[in-house]
Amino acid sequence: MHDANKIIPGIVLFLLVISFPIWYNVASGQDAAPPILEKPVNATKCVEDVEYMRVSHMQLLDSWRNEVVRNGNRIYVSNTDGTHHEMSLTKTCLGCHESREKFCTRCHDYMAVQPYCWECHVDPTEIQ
Amino acid sequence: MDYDRRRFIQIAGLTTAVGITGSQNADSANETESTESHAVAQKAAGGGPQWAMVVNLKKCRKDKGCKACSMACNQTHNIPSTENPRHEIKWIWTEPYEETFPSQENHFAPDSLQHKQIPVLCNHCENPPCVRVCPTKATWKREDGIVMMDWHRCIGCRYCIAACPYGSRSFNWEDPRNSLKSITPDFPTRTKGVVEKCTFCEEKVAKGEKPACVSACPEGALVFGNLNDPNSEVRQLLRNNFSIRRKPGLGTQPKIYYLV
Repeated sequence: MHDANKIIPGIVLFLLVISFPIWYNVASGQDAAPPILEKPVNATKCVEDVEYMRVSHMQLLDSWRNEVVRNGNRIYVSNTDGTHHEMSLTKTCLGCHESREKFCTRCHDYMAVQPYCWECHVDPTEIQ
Repeated sequence: MDYDRRRFIQIAGLTTAVGITGSQNADSANETESTESHAVAQKAAGGGPQWAMVVNLKKCRKDKGCKACSMACNQTHNIPSTENPRHEIKWIWTEPYEETFPSQENHFAPDSLQHKQIPVLCNHCENPPCVRVCPTKATWKREDGIVMMDWHRCIGCRYCIAACPYGSRSFNWEDPRNSLKSITPDFPTRTKGVVEKCTFCEEKVAKGEKPACVSACPEGALVFGNLNDPNSEVRQLLRNNFSIRRKPGLGTQPKIYYLV
């Protein structure tokens, strides 16, 4: 190989630079710990079970908004325990989850997603 | 084949006769079909309520400075008040008589009507032009006649604003939260870049309540009800009083009726 003395150190340097975030985190001892979420104080269960909500709450909320706005249906019947809930982000979700900041936002920040629900929907604790 | 003049006329006559009866049959079939589709339309309309509003101008005190209806609406639906008239958001507001009913222009109209401030809102047309032009179906007509909006789906193209002959639609040029003094948490605000308008308080109607403006009117000048129920208050008012609608010549069939 011509110029091996330049190419090989070049490749090594390149690999070091692109893997910088990995070994920097390892070296600094900060592992990417999952966020600590504050669970509701006054409620023990959600409209569906935790596993489903963790994975699919966005699809659930999407179907809620279509049901309420487009079909005029406002009551959701839980598939887990058959209980009835009003399909409302502000009233039902935030009715139990006292702090949006310490629940929704913490996890969304960790996952680097930016849903825009709250640009219109109102968090009652945020109104002056 | 021997084909004389007499035979030709016989065949020609027969063919014409068959042709005429055939087309008559087709006509009557069409007729049955249109009666059927009318029946279907009536059934669909009769299956549920058709919401409408009667505005009794003899009772309305808008020109004496009453703002009860618009204030109740603004508060219920988190409608911002902005100082820039070009950025104004309006669900129910007032227009002078001449501009509300341009086809009724009359220099010698009664003093009680001349220059009177008339409450105006979305007409929830039976044939809504805004719905026809919306490219995303963010606005559509529900089975109960309410012309509804899905703010999730509005892309802010403003075709509906151009299409509406009543100026009933407003565009959020700025974030409405910046100019809201207080927020009612039960109803979402809107965001910059979407169109909004009166929804006939469908969230209240769903609970069997009256729209906010109707409940707020101190004079009972606004009456909300079901056009499909012959005994409803709106039907009784329309039966016993002369009513006019805004720009009826456009064929939009408004469902806001004014008693003058």
